[in-house]
Amino acid sequence: MSLQHIEQPVTIRAREDRTGLGADFPRLANRTVIRILSRYGILIAFLAIWQVSSRAGWVNAAVLPPIDTIVSALWNGLAGGTLLGDIAISLQRAGLAFAAAVAVAIPLGLFMGQVRAVETALDPILQVFRQTSALALYPVFILLLGLGEASKVFVIFWATLFPLLLNTISGVKQVDPKLLEMARVYGATRLTAFRRVVLPGAVPSIFVGLRLSATTALLLLIASEMIGANKGIGFQVMNAQYNFQIPLMFAAIVILAGLGLIANQALVSLQRRLCRWSNPID
Amino acid sequence: MATTSGGEVTIRDLSKSFTLGGRPLAVLRALNLDIRSGECLVIVGASGSGKTTLLRILAGLEAADSGGVAIDGRPVHGVGAERAVIFQEPRLLPWLTVLGNVAFGLEVRGVPKAEAEDKARFYIALVGLAEFSDAYPRQLSGGMAQRVGIARALTVQPEILLLDEPLGALDAMTKIGMQEELARIWREENVTMVMVTHDLEEAIYLADRVLILPREKGGAARLVEVELPRPRDRSESRFVRYREELLREFGLH
Repeated sequence: MSLQHIEQPVTIRAREDRTGLGADFPRLANRTVIRILSRYGILIAFLAIWQVSSRAGWVNAAVLPPIDTIVSALWNGLAGGTLLGDIAISLQRAGLAFAAAVAVAIPLGLFMGQVRAVETALDPILQVFRQTSALALYPVFILLLGLGEASKVFVIFWATLFPLLLNTISGVKQVDPKLLEMARVYGATRLTAFRRVVLPGAVPSIFVGLRLSATTALLLLIASEMIGANKGIGFQVMNAQYNFQIPLMFAAIVILAGLGLIANQALVSLQRRLCRWSNPID
Repeated sequence: MATTSGGEVTIRDLSKSFTLGGRPLAVLRALNLDIRSGECLVIVGASGSGKTTLLRILAGLEAADSGGVAIDGRPVHGVGAERAVIFQEPRLLPWLTVLGNVAFGLEVRGVPKAEAEDKARFYIALVGLAEFSDAYPRQLSGGMAQRVGIARALTVQPEILLLDEPLGALDAMTKIGMQEELARIWREENVTMVMVTHDLEEAIYLADRVLILPREKGGAARLVEVELPRPRDRSESRFVRYREELLREFGLH
């Protein structure tokens, strides 16, 4: 306590400490408020300005409805169940495609990163595929697979595949050859070296790919649902706009944003758990 | 946990050259050497003299062009369980704790995890890192990380410990402490130690014999027997005289 008295002017502290919760309480509370404000202040201000401008009629409330109207549309959609079906079908499409991309890209990337000949042979075609917008190919997929679920899942899968594949390959290639030599000195077989050195070393890079792919999956999900679907959140956004149910449209957009945040957060916490060693603070 | 005797190295007519800019560059020319079981041999030489190459051939990481190496009479082809290497960099796996890294050598050889970790704990204590068993490599200083590398090599209980400038990257103070540690470990573990260094004082402090590799063509490798009692005193006059003798070998005195 004596140190604190030296650091802090005593008169000011004594006057503040009337809560009976100890001298540290107001300071700690202040710090929490400051931390929240410095992180979310601009977001809160943005929502507040939106709400006020819409209510005050500074902007066209028919196009930018107030936040509370959007929230109640969201609540009605979720509680009434109309949006739940859309969420389910969208999650199914994106989830299937993402899972398929993971199942293909990670093993393929690990293999390609290990065997130089395979990588050399496949790299040009991968670069061409990667640079070709998946959306531009969507009509081709529709022609090949029909307008049903298959073409939607496939276009998402296609777009999701490449970020994950390329990051997995680079993760494997970035593994320090000196560590591999060390493993060799201890008699590690190629398989053991792969399992104990290459694979864990590539994990951070694989996670970069997973996060990029998750974002891409949601993007392509919406695009494909806007083009040819009669269900799904992307479809709801478009459909609500056609029918001029603007609060519902925004509710669907909010759900999309929420899905993106949840997916990213889930991957971040999984990464934290798996890559504790590379975190600055445990 | 001292190993039994063994670890006798025979080097016969060993030659190795590299191609540099299209021309062959001989780094080792018909080298002959017998390394005694349990001795500490330190290899010194100017850069380009092939000292690291020699160590890598002993480790089985590189093959000789001609001639060969035998350990306890058995010719060396590739890496082997009776040898362990300590590199200039600690080469720790950043995703494993100190314990995991030290146990790694045994685990890749198929020793069950619990048994490997038991042994690892013993050697972690031996290098003075017992309270850092659960730390990750990024939390360690350079000297501590190198101790982990040393413990990992000791854990597999090799007959021959090969050290490639293991203290080269450390600051002067840490280095002296680690030299004392290496001398202690060598004595306690009764292991044959072959070490490459460019630090002559380090060579005299640790070596039973110092091998000086020639740089110029036609030069012969030379062996200097260091007959000083242990533990050695760096300021002693005989120590200083050995240092002068080695400096003369390099034409620096």
